[in-house]
Amino acid sequence: MSKMINVENVAKHFTLHNQASMTIPVFEGISFFLNQGECVALTGESGSGKSTFMRMLYANYICNKGSIHIRHNDELVDIVKADPHQILDVRKRTLGYVSQFLRVIPRVPTIEIVAEPLIALGQDKEQAITKAQDILARLRIPERLWSLSPLTFSGGEQQRVNIARGFIADYPILLLDEPTASLDAVNRQTVLDLIEQAKERGCAILGIFHDQEAREAVCSRTFDVTQFQSV
Amino acid sequence: MTSSNQTLSPEQTLLSVKDLTMMYGSRIGCQNISFDLRPGEVLGIVGESGSGKSTLLNCISAQLKPTFGSVSYHTRHDGSQDLFADMSEPERRFLMRTDWAFVHQNPRDGLRMGVSAGANIGERLMAVGWRHYGNIRDTATDWLGKVEISTERLDDLPSTFSGGMQQRLQIARNLVTAPRLVFMDEPTGGLDVSVQAKLLDLLRGLVQNLGLSVVIVTHDLAVARLLSHRLMVMKNGHVVESGLTDQVLDDPQDPYTQLLVSSILQS
Repeated sequence: MSKMINVENVAKHFTLHNQASMTIPVFEGISFFLNQGECVALTGESGSGKSTFMRMLYANYICNKGSIHIRHNDELVDIVKADPHQILDVRKRTLGYVSQFLRVIPRVPTIEIVAEPLIALGQDKEQAITKAQDILARLRIPERLWSLSPLTFSGGEQQRVNIARGFIADYPILLLDEPTASLDAVNRQTVLDLIEQAKERGCAILGIFHDQEAREAVCSRTFDVTQFQSV
Repeated sequence: MTSSNQTLSPEQTLLSVKDLTMMYGSRIGCQNISFDLRPGEVLGIVGESGSGKSTLLNCISAQLKPTFGSVSYHTRHDGSQDLFADMSEPERRFLMRTDWAFVHQNPRDGLRMGVSAGANIGERLMAVGWRHYGNIRDTATDWLGKVEISTERLDDLPSTFSGGMQQRLQIARNLVTAPRLVFMDEPTGGLDVSVQAKLLDLLRGLVQNLGLSVVIVTHDLAVARLLSHRLMVMKNGHVVESGLTDQVLDDPQDPYTQLLVSSILQS
């Protein structure tokens, strides 16, 4: 089984220059790996740095020490040292990320937002739109909303748009930040099914699940970040 | 429309800026600035008024000759050329009319207010050799539609347009010749937010569909986040931080960037 993510001895702190240059340590000495086809749950109490760690894997946050290798086009790329072009390419082809926030340009229809990752990969626009329709229908976003911007949607609907966008492109690696957080039971089950399907095709998944039942249903092991918290 | 960057692969450099410095007497406009821009890439430049953003934009778009440093552009026929060392004034002007476009903050600086909307678009086509009146008019009509201005307004003067419409007309006038590189100076400044959203959506679509490379100067971090791949933060004529847009905005390292990001009002 090949390692899709390999983290070695990573440290993170925030320095707040405008607040007396206070340094906030987050964690130190994290080593972690994620294999192809497995789903691992990131655990730890609120504020322990789960989302921070996930954002570091996505290169959204800078890493102060260590290395984070991502398997990209059959090569290991250290995204701590990679230039912006490489990082954008890793995100485009390899690494999907479902965050808790939806950030989109106002006015752009939901269907286009969901289809965008496929179009960026060079897929035919019509095919991409068809696939977007399928996944939106599966996640029970009513068809009359597809042509509207998701900015006016409810929290749960926005969450599902984010999920649709994350799962549409069959990325080899997925990072999921509370994918089932504001969903009802039926939609929650759909997301868990999507995760199972992604695992079957070999996708490596790292998720934050507050919902213990969901966690136990899809994850084969847990990784607790609390043990690496800096004092 | 076919991609206008046929001669360059995505990994090559379209515009290369090295150690660029612009002095106004003993005052610094901008200092020691270096960056590369690739085909299809959008680079945002943010910073407060007086930080040197516009000076830099004017230097790299050949409107201002820098005191030191070089700006090289990968031309269609002769490969990489230094704008100031290798090219003559007429060659630079030709580039500005054809391969490049400049979108000003104030549409009145980029439009000819005394001629019709259609003529504003047609003028750039004629500058690159179009002569058939019917074709020019059809293309102008087509572009009015693309920027969501009613084609009935083709023969109206831009002075009868609203600010948002004037800005969209300026964009149509600039993009009609299928440029490869577009410079934008606060393109959404001075517009109310609903018009801004419309313009952002339009710009994003055009950038994606035409494969444009863009250097966009803005003080609006939300605009920078939604449009640009990479970001440079300027202060007092220097680049204090640069990198991947979301990294710079979400995990800023420099004290000034932190101040800038934390000063945004939440709505």
